[in-house]
Amino acid sequence: MRFFEDIEIGQQRELGSFTFTADTIKKFAAQFDPQRFHLDEEEGRKSLFGGLAASGWHVGSVCMKLLVADGQRAAQEALARGEKIAIWGPSPGFRELRWIKPVLAGDTISFASEVELKRASEKRPEWGILQPRNTGTNQRGELAFSLLATAFMPRRGAGG
Amino acid sequence: MTLTFEDFPPGHFGTFGPRRVTREEILAFAGEFDPQPMHLDDEAASRTMLKGLSASGWHLCSLMMRMLCDGYIGRTASLGSPGVNEVRWLAPLRPGDDIILDVEVTEARVSRSRAETGIVTFRSVVRNAAGQALCEMVSPIIVARRAGAAAEQAG
Repeated sequence: MRFFEDIEIGQQRELGSFTFTADTIKKFAAQFDPQRFHLDEEEGRKSLFGGLAASGWHVGSVCMKLLVADGQRAAQEALARGEKIAIWGPSPGFRELRWIKPVLAGDTISFASEVELKRASEKRPEWGILQPRNTGTNQRGELAFSLLATAFMPRRGAGG
Repeated sequence: MTLTFEDFPPGHFGTFGPRRVTREEILAFAGEFDPQPMHLDDEAASRTMLKGLSASGWHLCSLMMRMLCDGYIGRTASLGSPGVNEVRWLAPLRPGDDIILDVEVTEARVSRSRAETGIVTFRSVVRNAAGQALCEMVSPIIVARRAGAAAEQAG
């Protein structure tokens, strides 16, 4: 994973893609978001979504999954170069989450992350704060999901 | 009876829970969606800013969604949500915590583009048994208006 100093505003990373099958949509919904349009094809068709739609929290959680996998790949590459690896801090939250298009059964969403802002943490000098815009685009090239994330990133100088 | 737009005037709406969150479900969610050491491994987690194992923030949000569904969305004429204005993760959710959700309606307005629906914005705060706020979420949902409400207004 990368350090605060390695990151530039405007830097973009492709995080990979994920296909939301009817089974994975229903499994997540049964556990966390049992609304009829997330559980049943016919109910989905009758809804504003026009088909069996993934819970928005499922889409956000899959974005997190691909972010972590991307970070782990970057860490492996750093290790292979003999570099120190950065371990991410927790996130204080996010803003402006938009479920722009429904994610329907069979859709493949490609996720990406672009850094919009970075600043030093006033309270925690060993950390920097990063604000990336994380997005998901469907197989038709339509933006389906977007949020402005916030994360603590370790600074290269800070021990550990 | 199904709740419609008219049932959500601004003000305190309800308190839901408690819901016990087990270590097993924290590990299962993190393993699938957020496999960072702070959500998976006690020893590694103890050395992080959160000082011990804690649930993924996305797990906490998903649990809030389930508590909202069980609490009232399941019997509301909800048409879905356009997004979330803001989520703040304030303190870690620990294994064994009993969480309680407090829900307030901050705004309710009739949709401009679809007069038969309204947009209700909620501020939801989840707390642990000690009363510490763990997460705060501000999010709108689209709710159908009572049958005939749009016509009455037009008339």
